[in-house]
Amino acid sequence: MLTKGVPDFSEGAVSFDEDGHLERGKTPTVMNPNDAFALEAALQTRVRHGGHVTGMSMGPPGYASVLQGAMESVYADDSYLLSDRELAASDTWATAITVSAGIEKYREEVADVDLVFAGFKTADGETGQTGPQTCWALEWPIVTHVVALDIDPDERRLRAKRLVEGDVDEIETVEAPLPCVVIADPEFEPTYRKASHRLTHKQLRAETRERAAEHDEYLTTWDHADLNLDPDYIGLDGSPTIVSSVDPIPKAPSEREATMIDPEDGAAMEPVLEELQPFAGGD
Amino acid sequence: MTEREHYEAVVVGCGPGGAAAAARLAEHGVETLVLERGVEAGSKNVSGGLIYAEDSAPYTIDDLFDGFREEAAERPVTDYRIHNIAGDKVKTYDLTDLHEHDTDWCDAVLRRQMDSWLEQRVHEKASETGGGVLTNVRVNGLLREGGEIVGVTCDELDPIEADLIVAADGVNSELAREAGLMDWEEPDEWFQGVKAVVDMDPGAVNHRFGIDDDEGVAHLFSGDLFEDVRGGGFLYTNEESLSIGTVFHLDSLVAEQAEPHELLDALLTHPVMAHWIGDGYDEREYAAKLVPDSKKVAHREPYRDRLVLVGDAAGQMQAQGPIIKGMNHAVTAGALAADAFAITRGNADPEAAGRRYAKLLEDSGTMAKLRPKQYDLARTVGERDAVTNVVDRVLESPIGSLALGNRLADRVLERAYNSPFLVSMLPDTRTGYTTVPTVIGEARGKSVRWKNDAEPPSLEERIGELTYDTDVGNPHIELRDDSAEASGAAVYACPVSAEEFGGGCYRTERVKTNGDEETLVSLDTQPCVECGTCAIVADTTWEHPRGGKGVEYREG
Ligand SMILES: Cc1cc2nc3c(=O)[nH]c(=O)nc-3n(C[C@H](O)[C@H](O)[C@H](O)COP(=O)(O)OP(=O)(O)OC[C@H]3O[C@@H](n4cnc5c(N)ncnc54)[C@H](O)[C@@H]3O)c2cc1C
Ligand code: SF4
Repeated sequence: MLTKGVPDFSEGAVSFDEDGHLERGKTPTVMNPNDAFALEAALQTRVRHGGHVTGMSMGPPGYASVLQGAMESVYADDSYLLSDRELAASDTWATAITVSAGIEKYREEVADVDLVFAGFKTADGETGQTGPQTCWALEWPIVTHVVALDIDPDERRLRAKRLVEGDVDEIETVEAPLPCVVIADPEFEPTYRKASHRLTHKQLRAETRERAAEHDEYLTTWDHADLNLDPDYIGLDGSPTIVSSVDPIPKAPSEREATMIDPEDGAAMEPVLEELQPFAGGD
Repeated sequence: MTEREHYEAVVVGCGPGGAAAAARLAEHGVETLVLERGVEAGSKNVSGGLIYAEDSAPYTIDDLFDGFREEAAERPVTDYRIHNIAGDKVKTYDLTDLHEHDTDWCDAVLRRQMDSWLEQRVHEKASETGGGVLTNVRVNGLLREGGEIVGVTCDELDPIEADLIVAADGVNSELAREAGLMDWEEPDEWFQGVKAVVDMDPGAVNHRFGIDDDEGVAHLFSGDLFEDVRGGGFLYTNEESLSIGTVFHLDSLVAEQAEPHELLDALLTHPVMAHWIGDGYDEREYAAKLVPDSKKVAHREPYRDRLVLVGDAAGQMQAQGPIIKGMNHAVTAGALAADAFAITRGNADPEAAGRRYAKLLEDSGTMAKLRPKQYDLARTVGERDAVTNVVDRVLESPIGSLALGNRLADRVLERAYNSPFLVSMLPDTRTGYTTVPTVIGEARGKSVRWKNDAEPPSLEERIGELTYDTDVGNPHIELRDDSAEASGAAVYACPVSAEEFGGGCYRTERVKTNGDEETLVSLDTQPCVECGTCAIVADTTWEHPRGGKGVEYREG
């Protein structure tokens, strides 16, 4: 389950400088809100089918708190943080390379992986690219905009309902083999209609509370050397995307003219009433 | 179709009855699932509440739950009195003898605290046998196969099968009704209880009642302060609050067109209360709930197929004169139902557990308490209007007053009040509730002229202080007949509605039809506290809200 930290854009928390630039230092980091849907999907899968859930994130050491939060909400078993200076300022491509390297290392050294869950875009970058790029790097299939998910562990296949937005929103049902990357849509609704699922959910919650309180013990940090990554292909140097500048969007000029009229002023109000006449009911 | 889920036992409701049943089932190694509609057990529940541990009971709550008294209960009751009131005259009797009859211990409780504590314990016990407690789940019906009850259906879950279904879903049990075992027709089979929890720091509680930290009082009130409405009031001390409330016969509330919140206010503002709450009255919570009258409705065979009823759902709520015993009987019944299932486990007859349960209720003497013989005898004479009127007339006459008023009568009466046998005989007429106490108060009482400055909140403020999670667009009660004749009684009997109050559940509207003016009743369930009153006194389709929705009590 992939997640990242973003600036807390909620009212009262976010801080901008005089030029309207985000002050990252002063703005607290929280889990990317869209990742919550991925967490829900991962949790539902775990509750229904069991298994082991790992949270993974790339970012500065402070993202450990994001992984801790993720552990609390998805009841993950452990966390992996891909973090060092060389990884700083990665764009989505460099991030995908790094994250996929993290997943490969995990498969080689920790355990095999059947599913990777990710949120559909981050609240700060809004590109929506990292998930697809990661699956490309892994050479796995990907299912995006998932609103409902069913897994057949015996057949090693998943069936997903996807929300296809258009003039008319449509729900499309697709199947894919495991392993697979699943990108949950904000419309994703976990369903727990079995008592046994709810009991498992409750059980996991109780266990996780204890784990999350001692998050450090369940956290592994890997740097670029652990991941065997060439610094030229990661971080700023490995990022082909350059954001040259960010411009505030100017407000469109109003196309209508406004005249101020004092409603007490009878003479001035006359033309207004005349204008309104056709809209009045009756004769 | 996928396989249905199956548990050995499903318990509906996690009040004292459900908790006891589930704990005992788990002790027998039965895989037990408990379904509770509140966000947490206790969030829907109200009692007065004194929980009794009777010497004669086969099970008490501390038998089943270690540490109950220390961790879940408030103060024990060490002083028990009744105040007979006539105007501002009050005559107080010590009822400690009655209270202590057959009592091992008795503690005041607040239901949110008590039931949520029970829920934790039950979940721990039930988890060990593969089950547990799920909250936010409302059972909405019985699962049947070929007409036989085999499980439950829920709003939130797929249908579940079980070998035993325990309906511990309280007063207004939808399951008991669906099974055809109980009905919601006659107001005279119910009481309505209304209660305020009043904030008070522990030092003040000790000081005002002259008690220590580990002591508590119970005061009862009867007489004319409630006009002619049959019932009475109570005040119990908690650790850091008081529970003050009233319990009235529902038929009497309807007949007198009384407003429950005003009757509560009459108690709160009476001079007798001045010392205790007369300055700086601070109400934490207003609550209400129906209470069944076991004398009339306790079911002698509370089972059908695999379904058994325990507690209020089976009408097992004993009003022993002024003493109200519902929680303890729910506990006993829940544990007995569990034992009955354990004994008959594996028996092919689906009703084996139910039949055994009914027998255990008889053999343990529980049914005899719930449906006392002496009441059935006394009732045939006592409740006949003619007799009552004559008795009342005599009592109210100078001779009657004189008889009750002399010093000898005083001692006799105090003794009579303290006799569980006599008290359980009291017919449900004005005589016991109003006439006798009023005459006693009048003849023997001293005038109390203390100034009581307590200002109880208005109904609007009380509703405003409650927590709701409204199920918008999905009201749980619907009016079937909006005529004043069919449903008008709810406008006053509903504890969160009142004549001339637009912010309550039930309102009356004058509607012009073809020149004629008609009074119609309308309903908005938003402020509803799910007390169940209008299920009986109005013509409605009445259900509990979906899991987690509706009112959420913090005290109870
Ligand atoms: C004002 C007042 C004063 C009282 N005073 C006393 C007193 O002093 N002493 C005393 O012993 N008794 C007293 N009682 C009575 C006592 O509260 C009840 O008898 C007792 O609570 C019954 O316990 P129970 O377990 O049967 O039901 P409850 O305690 O009502 O529990 C039923 C549970 O089932 C749940 N439930 C209901 N329907 C569903 C559904 N469809 N699906 C899932 N869950 C559901 C409810 O949320 C609740 O948790 C008083 C009652 C009132 C109202
Ligand atoms: S609407 Fe009915 S159930 Fe709700 S509080 Fe009023 S009388 Fe009670």
